[in-house]
Amino acid sequence: MKHALTLIVLLPLVGFLLNGFLATRFGGNRVGKGFVTALACGLPIAAFLLTVACLVRLQEAGYQPLVDTAYTWALIGGRSFEIAFYFDRLTAVMTLIVTGVGSLIHVYSAGYMKEDESYARYFAYLNLFLFFMLLLVLGRSLLVLFVGWEGVGLASYLLIGFWFEDPEKAAAGKKAFIVNRIGDAGFLLGMFLLYQTVGTLDMDRINAAFNGATLPAVSASLVGILLFIGATGKSAQIPLYVWLPDAMAGPTPVSALIHAATMVTAGVYLVARLSGIYLHAPEASALVAGIGAATAFFAATIALVQTDIKKVLAYSTVSQLGLMFVALGVGAYGVAIFHVTTHAFFKACLFLGAGSVIHALSGEQDILKMGGLARKIPVTFVTFAIATAAIAGIPPLAGFFSKDEILWFSFASARGGSTFLWLVASAASLMTSFYMFRLLWLTFFGASRMSHEVEHHVHESPLSMTGVLAVLALLSAVGGFLALPHFLEPMLPLPAVVPALHHHERTLIGIAIALAFTGLAAAVFLYGGGARRAAALRGRFPLAHGLLLGKYFVDEAYDFLVSRPLLWLSDRVFLRLGDRVLLDGTLNGLAAWAQRTAGSLSRIQTGNLQLYAFLALAGVVAALVWTWAHV
Amino acid sequence: MFDAALLNIVVYLPLGGIALLLAAPAGQDAFVRRLTLGLMTLQLALVAWLYLRFDPTVAGLQFETRLPWIASWGVHYQIGLDGYNVLLVLMTAFLGPLVVAGAFTAIRKDVKLFYSMVLLIQFAMLGTFVAQDLFLFYVFWETMLIPMFLMIGIWGGERRIYATIKFFLYTAFGSILMLAAVIYLVLSLQSTTGITSFAFADLYRSQLPLDVQCILLAAFGLSFAIKVPMVPLHTWLPDAHVEAPTAGSVILAGVLLKMGTYGFMKLGFPLFPDATLAFTPAIMFLAVVSIVYGACVALVQTDIKKIIAYSSISHLGYVMLGLVSLNLYGIQGAVIQMVSHGLTAAGLFLMVGMIYERCHTRELADYGGLAKLLPVYSVFFAILTLASIGLPTTSGFTGEFLVLLGAFGAAWQQYELGSTLPLALASVAVSGVVLGALYMLWFAQRFLFGAAKAPHQPFGDLDLRERAILGIIVAAVFVLGLFPDEPMRKTELAAKQFQQLVGTSRTGVRAAGEPGRGPAASENGAPRFARAGTGSAP
Repeated sequence: MKHALTLIVLLPLVGFLLNGFLATRFGGNRVGKGFVTALACGLPIAAFLLTVACLVRLQEAGYQPLVDTAYTWALIGGRSFEIAFYFDRLTAVMTLIVTGVGSLIHVYSAGYMKEDESYARYFAYLNLFLFFMLLLVLGRSLLVLFVGWEGVGLASYLLIGFWFEDPEKAAAGKKAFIVNRIGDAGFLLGMFLLYQTVGTLDMDRINAAFNGATLPAVSASLVGILLFIGATGKSAQIPLYVWLPDAMAGPTPVSALIHAATMVTAGVYLVARLSGIYLHAPEASALVAGIGAATAFFAATIALVQTDIKKVLAYSTVSQLGLMFVALGVGAYGVAIFHVTTHAFFKACLFLGAGSVIHALSGEQDILKMGGLARKIPVTFVTFAIATAAIAGIPPLAGFFSKDEILWFSFASARGGSTFLWLVASAASLMTSFYMFRLLWLTFFGASRMSHEVEHHVHESPLSMTGVLAVLALLSAVGGFLALPHFLEPMLPLPAVVPALHHHERTLIGIAIALAFTGLAAAVFLYGGGARRAAALRGRFPLAHGLLLGKYFVDEAYDFLVSRPLLWLSDRVFLRLGDRVLLDGTLNGLAAWAQRTAGSLSRIQTGNLQLYAFLALAGVVAALVWTWAHV
Repeated sequence: MFDAALLNIVVYLPLGGIALLLAAPAGQDAFVRRLTLGLMTLQLALVAWLYLRFDPTVAGLQFETRLPWIASWGVHYQIGLDGYNVLLVLMTAFLGPLVVAGAFTAIRKDVKLFYSMVLLIQFAMLGTFVAQDLFLFYVFWETMLIPMFLMIGIWGGERRIYATIKFFLYTAFGSILMLAAVIYLVLSLQSTTGITSFAFADLYRSQLPLDVQCILLAAFGLSFAIKVPMVPLHTWLPDAHVEAPTAGSVILAGVLLKMGTYGFMKLGFPLFPDATLAFTPAIMFLAVVSIVYGACVALVQTDIKKIIAYSSISHLGYVMLGLVSLNLYGIQGAVIQMVSHGLTAAGLFLMVGMIYERCHTRELADYGGLAKLLPVYSVFFAILTLASIGLPTTSGFTGEFLVLLGAFGAAWQQYELGSTLPLALASVAVSGVVLGALYMLWFAQRFLFGAAKAPHQPFGDLDLRERAILGIIVAAVFVLGLFPDEPMRKTELAAKQFQQLVGTSRTGVRAAGEPGRGPAASENGAPRFARAGTGSAP
């Protein structure tokens, strides 16, 4: 299997093409739906199995990266841009997450979207997403990665606006695409700069160039910052995070797959993949850590007060991504990927659990209108609870391990760790535990706040959904024992620890565990007993509550500072003043003047055709005579 | 020899077609349509054959015809294919049948005359691309103007007279300047070298002092810049598009605008390399202004045709940016971007025509949720929109990516030599990708999504003819996005020649401290160097 990697990428594309072209037309009936489902779920599973096979081969090859060149996209001036795929330890982890969690979410979707009239279109888009995501993680060069990068943005756009008849949902899709494009402009600049100064876009060669004896003649930090701008778009970091909460307009499995488990981690993958640059870019790394910490903190504060079940999870995702960037910023690349992995498990489980809740409640998303669901949908409850405990950092679940390592390196790494960074990250962790248990409590415990109508219809989801939840809950429980940083260490070494801080490690673990349980206790204390204490607290700080509930009014600020001035400039200055007054006005004025002065000349325009013909002929003759005379 | 004859046949086939059409009996509209479509398809087949036979390893002209025409003036009838025009000729022939088929139902008035005009303009456009003699080029160039003028004037919308006069004034103004410059150029070639010739190849060897080059480039450049069009010479374009029938818009956006950029590439820059270098920052500035300005104004249009018209200004800005970068990636990208814009703009204008035939309005506010009403239409529209904003895997990406890569690379080199402006401009151009996505996606959102509404419902989705037209365009868009290598090999030698021509000084005075920019590069440069060195410009 020389082209196994290409095949992994192409499998979902086949699903997209078949489902897109054939099934949308013939997929209305039961047989058609079965065909769509088999194709849409079967191909990602096949890609997953093929990835496992590739991993086995990678191991047999002594972890020498596998390379598979599909074709040459362009050859210019003797230098070629190749469509090639690259498989090493890091790719293996990412591809397994994408195809594995991706397959699970496809299966879940078969139940969740069963009643939707655009069933085939949904799966076509989902397969398209997988195709681009696999391009992104398997691409050898930044060019292929960028194709995937923009492509997942497209799939995300299509899926956020899946129910496009609702203008708000269509607008959310557009917003996601545009905000991502802002990041992409930075990405492009970084890519061009690399190509100009290093002479290649192959990421393994770029890393090698920066690790070589003579560094490329370009500031690693400049490249690093430009590429990181791209990462802030795709991975929803300050200042470009604003699209992700709105992206929850899409179907819930999409939020789980794209906006939690896979696509949004692309920025983390990018930085880890190009660690060769960031290792030589202390300024860029400090920026990555700083932005990550700030995002982790602020997003967590917003999540404290949100009441839409998906919005809480969305801000939680933004916050968790921030923690991953903290890890990247202090040089713990393998740890960041570890958190990507555990986060994929528990956040996918949480979103799909939320989907199951929404499914059971006939579309209700407001946690203030839930409560007491634990007994009514027990499988959803148990799996959701496990995932909540995992993200909160309760040992020995998955999140505890990965988050603890991030906190440790944010404190002790010799590459920019600091007490301040650790404090901010710990505060974010504490809040995470609080808002997640708050969410769990308001949804599943206490008295029911549902309307009678909704309560009557509450039902547990079908096996295709609960089965997936169970698998993801299991992974969320035991995923921490994977020891991924160790697996990745040969290519992504862990940063050195400041020796003087070594003995603090146990203390920090203790604090992390204490924070997780403090969050749990605080949530139960405030929201137990009818949430009276929470209401009292809210009453004492109405301004702070309003500020958080309004998400710091960042959207409004952007609208006021960016959107409106741009429209004003385009409409008033460019179109009305520039085009209409200055340019057309001048031309029309000239024309009017010409018409007046030409009035005197127009007397020769008698309307006599014979005269015109005679004049024309005379002109031709004159020209011919002149020509003849000069030969 | 056979192929050279074939190229002539390709060019004159439309003229033969006109004769056939005029001979056809009146009232046979269906026959006229099919005949024109057949001719255009035949032409495409012949061009495709030539394209396949075109040898990418040969620099210079292929399938050349060179016959004396007006011997006393040194005018030759000289045509041929080279890397500069081969893709544009293919694109023009490719769009021909689509334009004809696209107008099947839209044009019901004076059908015979209409298709004669389409054929005439096809003839003139192909002639302009293949001409290798400035006199011949100018004749074809002027010929293009008339059928376009008539097409808008006869089959246009309500304000067609204003639009045609504006179109005519702008382009005629440019043409007159160019004519004066052509005469001056040929006379000066004659006086400095003793050669009387209009052949491009000879003119490339002219030696002119910098100030003369600047004036001539300004004259040629104005004419070309009006055609492109570059801001601030663009205001004729939205009016012409809005009033033109669909076929007119498709030809205008698809091919005619490329005459401007092709003119710069084939004539303007290589004829006056030193002036080009002197003007580079200004041209680059105007290119970037066009990118941003066109995108911004497209953002606030309410007429769907105007949105696409302004988007053309923005997209052609990228072409100019790529050309002026003088970087191989940028030049190759510019050529691909020309073709890509030809495909996507043609497709989008055809689609505007299709919806207009159904609903008789172009007001964006009258539409919404077409994805529900016209699902097939919407899929095509979405694909072309995405190609237009340069999404990877589409032709738009290939063009934009390479242009920006080249522009940035050139600007970075300038930056390392101490000049910041090009880098700043290139960075602004890269940010242009955001604006492009902004106006097109906002357009698509209001047009395709939201609650379903349209002035006349219910109406049918695309029929087989329309699907075939768009399907062919979309296929080409993906081929150029996924496999641009093959076409780019055919243009690479020309791109290198362009780079070398513009990079070689021809003021006749050896520039001190600039190795490699002396006139010695041309084979018989030395005697001309001596003669021109006396400063004997006429």
